[in-house]
Amino acid sequence: MTSAVSLQGVSRHFGLVKALDGVDLEVAQGEFFAMLGPSGSGKTTCLRLIAGFEQPTSGQIRIFGEAVEGVPPYRRNVNTVFQDYALFPHMNVIENVMFSMMLRKVPGPERLRAAEEALEMVKLSGYGARRPGQLSGGQRQRVALARAIVNRPKVLLLDEPLGALDLKLREAMQEELKALQQALGITFIFVTHDQGEALSMANRVAVFNEGRVMQVGSPEDIYRRPNSRFVADFVGSSNVLKPEFVDMLLGEKRWASLRPESIHVVKATTSGVSRLTGTVLTRSYQGATTRLGIDLNGTHIDAVVPSADDVPLAGDRVTLGFAKDAMHLMESAG
Amino acid sequence: MSLAAVASAGAILPNRRGRLGSLSDYFWRRPGVLVFLMLLPALLWLGIVYLGSLFALLLQSFFSIDEFSGLVNHEFTLKTYAELLRPQNLDIIIRTVVMAASVTVASAIVAFPIAYVAARYARGHWKALFYLGIMLPLWASYLVKVYAWKLILAKEGILNWTFEQLHLTWLLDAWLALPVIGGNSLSISYTGTFLVFLYVWMPYMILPIQAAIERVPTNLLDAASDLGATPRQAFWKVIFPLALPGVIAGSIFTFSLTLGDYIIPQIVGNSQFFIGQAVYSHQGTAGNIPLAAAFTVVPIVIMGIYLTLAKRAGAFDAL
Repeated sequence: MTSAVSLQGVSRHFGLVKALDGVDLEVAQGEFFAMLGPSGSGKTTCLRLIAGFEQPTSGQIRIFGEAVEGVPPYRRNVNTVFQDYALFPHMNVIENVMFSMMLRKVPGPERLRAAEEALEMVKLSGYGARRPGQLSGGQRQRVALARAIVNRPKVLLLDEPLGALDLKLREAMQEELKALQQALGITFIFVTHDQGEALSMANRVAVFNEGRVMQVGSPEDIYRRPNSRFVADFVGSSNVLKPEFVDMLLGEKRWASLRPESIHVVKATTSGVSRLTGTVLTRSYQGATTRLGIDLNGTHIDAVVPSADDVPLAGDRVTLGFAKDAMHLMESAG
Repeated sequence: MSLAAVASAGAILPNRRGRLGSLSDYFWRRPGVLVFLMLLPALLWLGIVYLGSLFALLLQSFFSIDEFSGLVNHEFTLKTYAELLRPQNLDIIIRTVVMAASVTVASAIVAFPIAYVAARYARGHWKALFYLGIMLPLWASYLVKVYAWKLILAKEGILNWTFEQLHLTWLLDAWLALPVIGGNSLSISYTGTFLVFLYVWMPYMILPIQAAIERVPTNLLDAASDLGATPRQAFWKVIFPLALPGVIAGSIFTFSLTLGDYIIPQIVGNSQFFIGQAVYSHQGTAGNIPLAAAFTVVPIVIMGIYLTLAKRAGAFDAL
């Protein structure tokens, strides 16, 4: 099966800035694909290249097998949900949703029916006559979504669509987006800097940093088997252990990642002082869990433990314990 | 101030500015009073001086002039307005309105691309250069510019010379041979008057359009394109409707300024009167203040009708 979207050696340079630098990606049909990375990592540029708002400096982009070099956005069967929604302020909700059909001169009744159906899918039936200015952020987001899916594009691009919503609404929308994607069967490409969002929604995740793709894999791969210090740290803020430290424990001089939640912390007994005994420096209560910052003879380790009565206090001497295979050795030393 | 000094102060900091400080505190507690004080000069000026004199003017238009004595008869009558409908007066009104409308449409067409480039593409130094280019003509005296145009448009002027060098004199002559808009030379034809109006009011059209286009977020253009709009469709369905309030604002300037101007048609053009000139001569040499007042009411009514139509057409929906 041809990939929905395929990038081969794609670069986009703005003067001396390499916003995107030699990116290869394959997004399968019907996939919910997340592009994750900090701001300035190139993920949004990548999305804009697929939408056609920008042209790659070099490399090739294919959408469903067709090379799209020189094809303007209005001839690509790809629609975008913009970060700040980009609703047309001089049109009401239904006119916004019908915009693309109006351009293609779809007959009036059919236009209206399709738009109403799309609004129903995003649970905004009956809001057609309102102006974007009269809607809340969450509602505007839904209108943007309805406007983008009304034509059933081959690929739907979402640029941090939930970024401006508050936590509760964001969580609800995550579920709805997932359900919508399954119902429509359209390939979704989702840009986010929120690793929780990427992990919970996507089938596969590409982690971007400084214009390059660091790792592509399932959320579990990315989280449990990061291939680089950057991925380990950015996705779930892992402890990145130096080769010397790993050498001491495993006899192998390589970088390793250790998830904070896979560490057991017990109060140190006076007798048993091991190499894994250290001092609690910081302690922050987070509800169900408590995060401890521990100094282990100069190595800083974060541990997340269930909140209970016996969680050590700052200043306590503690001993750490973890399974050997909780330490994930990373291929790259970079 | 050192940290220690701050720490030693009480929960409420001392009033540092005496009576003035107390006044600030009062305004902070009663913001309405401050707003009233800020509006007061404008209210006095607009409400009394400006609207008052406008009202006095309106009143004048309901009086009439005694044809024998030449004195103003202070009795309510619509006779003066009926006089406006006399062929020679109606001609003046139609001539002025057609000129104002043509100047407005033409300046909108010329100004839009300039404003668009300035708003969308000009950055940094280029933007500064744009503003300078637009504003610079406003620094020169209006009269100097109009006389300069008279020379440019004259038979021995640079425009004629250019046409000659390009062997296009026949084209200019053909244009001048046209009825109504033609004449002996550009400087004594309606075409000349039109060109000077177009030049003189152009900044008033460019600046509001540019401001309106600048307010259209770029991502709306991306969105339009994304949804299948060709550049042409994106322009007519998104940019133009959103820039329309700017075009209307600009057209209010060009339209009303042309309606009221009495200098340009006097210097450049044939000797046919425009509304402004009619007002000038009626209140001056002819001493017919009621008719002058009635003439003044015409642009006000026309602007009122124009704005109502614009509003009904949805020109202000994007505001």
